[in-house]
Amino acid sequence: MNILDYTAVQLSEKIKQGEVKVAEAVEAVFEQIDKTEESLNCYVTLEKEKAFRQAAAIQEKIDRKELTGPLAGVPFAVKDNMCTKGTLTTCSSKILSNFVPTFSAEAVLRLEAAGAVIIGKTNMDEFAMGSTTETSYYGVTRNPKNPEHVPGGSSGGSAAAVAAKECFAALGSDTGGSIRQPASYCGVVGLKPTYGTVSRYGLIAYGSSLDQIGPLTKDVADCAAVLTAIASHDLKDSTSMEREDTDFTAALVADVKGMRIGIPRDYFGEGLDPQVKDAVLKAADVLKSQGALVEEFDLSLVEYAIPTYYTIAAAEASSNLERFDGVKYGYRAKGVEDLHPMYKRTRSEGFGPEVKRRIMLGSFVLSSGYYDAYYLKALKVKALIKRAFDDAFTKYDMILGPVAPTTAPKLGESLSDPIKMYLGDIYTISINLAGLPGISVPCGEDKNGLPIGLQLIGDSFQEKKLIRAAYTYEQCKEGK
Amino acid sequence: MAKQYETVIGLEVHVELATKTKIFCGCSTEFGGAPNTHTCPVCTGMPGSLPVLNKQVVEYALAVGLATNCTITQYCKFDRKNYFYPDNPQNYQISQLYLPICRDGYVEIDTPEGTKKVGIHEIHMEEDAGKLIHDEWEDCSLVDFNRSGVPLIEIVSEPDMRSADEVIAYLDKLRLIIQYLGASDCKLQEGSMRADVNLSVREAGCEKFGTRTEMKNLNSFRAIARAIEGERNRQIELLEAGKPVIQETRRWDDGKEYSYAMRSKEDAQDYRYFPDPDLAPVYISDEWLESVRSRQPELRTEKMKRYKEEYDIPDYDIEIITGTKHMADIFEATVALGSQPKKVSNWLMVETLRLLKEKELDPEDIRFSPGNLAKLIGLTEQRVINSTVAKEVFEEMFDRDIDPERYVEEKGLKTVNDEGALKKTVEEVIAVNPQSVEDYRNGKEKAIGFLVGQTMKAMKGKADPASVNKLLKELL
Repeated sequence: MNILDYTAVQLSEKIKQGEVKVAEAVEAVFEQIDKTEESLNCYVTLEKEKAFRQAAAIQEKIDRKELTGPLAGVPFAVKDNMCTKGTLTTCSSKILSNFVPTFSAEAVLRLEAAGAVIIGKTNMDEFAMGSTTETSYYGVTRNPKNPEHVPGGSSGGSAAAVAAKECFAALGSDTGGSIRQPASYCGVVGLKPTYGTVSRYGLIAYGSSLDQIGPLTKDVADCAAVLTAIASHDLKDSTSMEREDTDFTAALVADVKGMRIGIPRDYFGEGLDPQVKDAVLKAADVLKSQGALVEEFDLSLVEYAIPTYYTIAAAEASSNLERFDGVKYGYRAKGVEDLHPMYKRTRSEGFGPEVKRRIMLGSFVLSSGYYDAYYLKALKVKALIKRAFDDAFTKYDMILGPVAPTTAPKLGESLSDPIKMYLGDIYTISINLAGLPGISVPCGEDKNGLPIGLQLIGDSFQEKKLIRAAYTYEQCKEGK
Repeated sequence: MAKQYETVIGLEVHVELATKTKIFCGCSTEFGGAPNTHTCPVCTGMPGSLPVLNKQVVEYALAVGLATNCTITQYCKFDRKNYFYPDNPQNYQISQLYLPICRDGYVEIDTPEGTKKVGIHEIHMEEDAGKLIHDEWEDCSLVDFNRSGVPLIEIVSEPDMRSADEVIAYLDKLRLIIQYLGASDCKLQEGSMRADVNLSVREAGCEKFGTRTEMKNLNSFRAIARAIEGERNRQIELLEAGKPVIQETRRWDDGKEYSYAMRSKEDAQDYRYFPDPDLAPVYISDEWLESVRSRQPELRTEKMKRYKEEYDIPDYDIEIITGTKHMADIFEATVALGSQPKKVSNWLMVETLRLLKEKELDPEDIRFSPGNLAKLIGLTEQRVINSTVAKEVFEEMFDRDIDPERYVEEKGLKTVNDEGALKKTVEEVIAVNPQSVEDYRNGKEKAIGFLVGQTMKAMKGKADPASVNKLLKELL
């Protein structure tokens, strides 16, 4: 078996058994990168030398039995909005094109402590704003299943790198679907944890109240192992939560008997591609055949999720991105004398159009006279959306639906119509507003061979239920 | 007859809190470090960094709120105030707008018309900015982030003051309360207490407030008093000339005794305040509030009352000694070591105040320890040294906090109590000053003073003047 065909957990097992060396795994990944990266463009930065140095150090620890966890020795990719000490961290933006952090994100440190080898930083939509990875300053990333199509976004580089075997697993971040949607488009597993489960320290903020880091992996077992490694209560992040029982691998049990699954009718209406609908409902049947109790229900407020999300996320982003001003780090416009012209030129030249659009939108909804009508109202709707989910979870263990209305669009199709692109977030966005966990699992392909994703949404802190159901589905689906 | 005008004043007072670390990170708040040495990713606004609230800041804010009779907002939040400036590394300041920690309080001030309440609209917590240094030589600006993230509270008063005197009384009251709480040293000159003055004038008897201006850059009580006078006159002149007062922010130049318009309301910035999503709301439980309340120290008013009951010292002394927490602390600690309150008070009221004035120091700058003051008082009581020597020793103590016992020993300043030696010297003085002796014997009482002086001189000051006086009278 080719090393690249192992899952992360399988690879680590082989390494611990002495059958594969960490350096061999890293070598295999870089050979693959040499073959496919030129056409796919999954990475902004590759750290080959550093990766081999890290591989040697980790190999030693594994040999001394100091590292025994399920991810020891596994080559990983990290989305380029997570700080990595000494390694360029750009958020795929010109404004951070020269930024080298002095510290690493907590999630990255946790991954390193688990014995992962970080080989590079993946491409993304600029500042995670976008659904296609086309807004990157570093060019588009292509979908490994069909390079004419986008990989999704904003964690498109991470999803594509896992799908193209340019790494064994990756970290992404999800503010409105940015892990689940590219996972769906690229045919990999992606999980957005409950808000507060993974520390945001070192994650360059887009929408602080919505951002969560999570895994993009080849299968559900890898997903559980990565989430177990990165979940932590971090005192450096005031929104980080203390959770007990974060061994998510314990939920890898193929059994959904008696599990109550709700299917919101609102998620299967107009705009949903019939092929996606069929694949998702077929997946529901698989779970039903395994003993889950599946029924339809009305979730309500679904149509309000998009305007609410774009109001809140843009408001927070407009403030979060103020620090990029050319004064302390990052890009600074040349040939400007005075302070305010320097700010203006730096930000005009440093940010791309989608980022500017959201900064303007966010500044508008926060400005005096509009704050109550937009931002405050959005916060109220957010609370109502949360309540709608709370109601649903009194009846169901989880909610099942599609990740996105369609499979991956062709390159260039989305940017011409931003509203249409925003509408594509309809099934993923509300769970960020409600702070809930969600997982995307591959559930088939459309007639063009493009992957389709199944989304399972859980109540707060119920990742284990999601992992259990996703694992059951993965084990029992057709062709398995 | 000329119109009479009333001045209406409200203050915004910023106080730097005395925490060891900054409000949202673990960096030191110590003053005077080399530029950018007390910094970290959080207080320099590095991408990916996150704020974590320092609990002590909340406790100090609560203490000040309770001492100023405020209602405590038990569920309060931090908001972001967005504006671009290089001393503000995130380009937003974390402050409180919508739910400040304290509201609706007051303090009482003494005015010639009696006690007056000055309302406190709110107290909120926020972070300080960094410091910009403009290098004229290199034609560039540099930023020092050591101060960035130092905790502040802003105390916003109601427009309840009517004169510079009332403003000074209010500020003094706040300063005393906060110093007594240990929440800040409140030094105007060093910037740990800063006041912005909102002022308007209206015709006497008029109900409606006039248009106000805000004055910044007031670094001393004197500057505040002058700025109030100057701004009042400027506004009255405008009104008399039929011109409107423009709502604007003005910068006071104390050297030129004039204020300059900085920005008007029209170009006031929209700060786009919104709740900071990086910080959880602060929930102040009844237990927490109660524990802060129970730890509130004795404030000045209570202390003055207690001094009056416990110590036999004049009201004026009490006024001065309790006028700074530091002096009151020294007084109490010295008394606790067994010294007589009246004697301790005398040293503080006479010699200490004299030296403070001479050396242009504040009572907060007093460096001698209560232990050494107690020793010095002991030395004089036991007549080991006379009062002249004691003053000399005290001056050394004031400057360098020397141990008076060791100092007197080393310098050989002890009063000579050897009867024989003293008698011998007195006899010699009598012998060489026949004229004075004659005068005294002829009834000129004053002449004995000269003879005492001569004896002290011959003894190099180390005699007890009372003993010399007694001996002279005997021998004459």
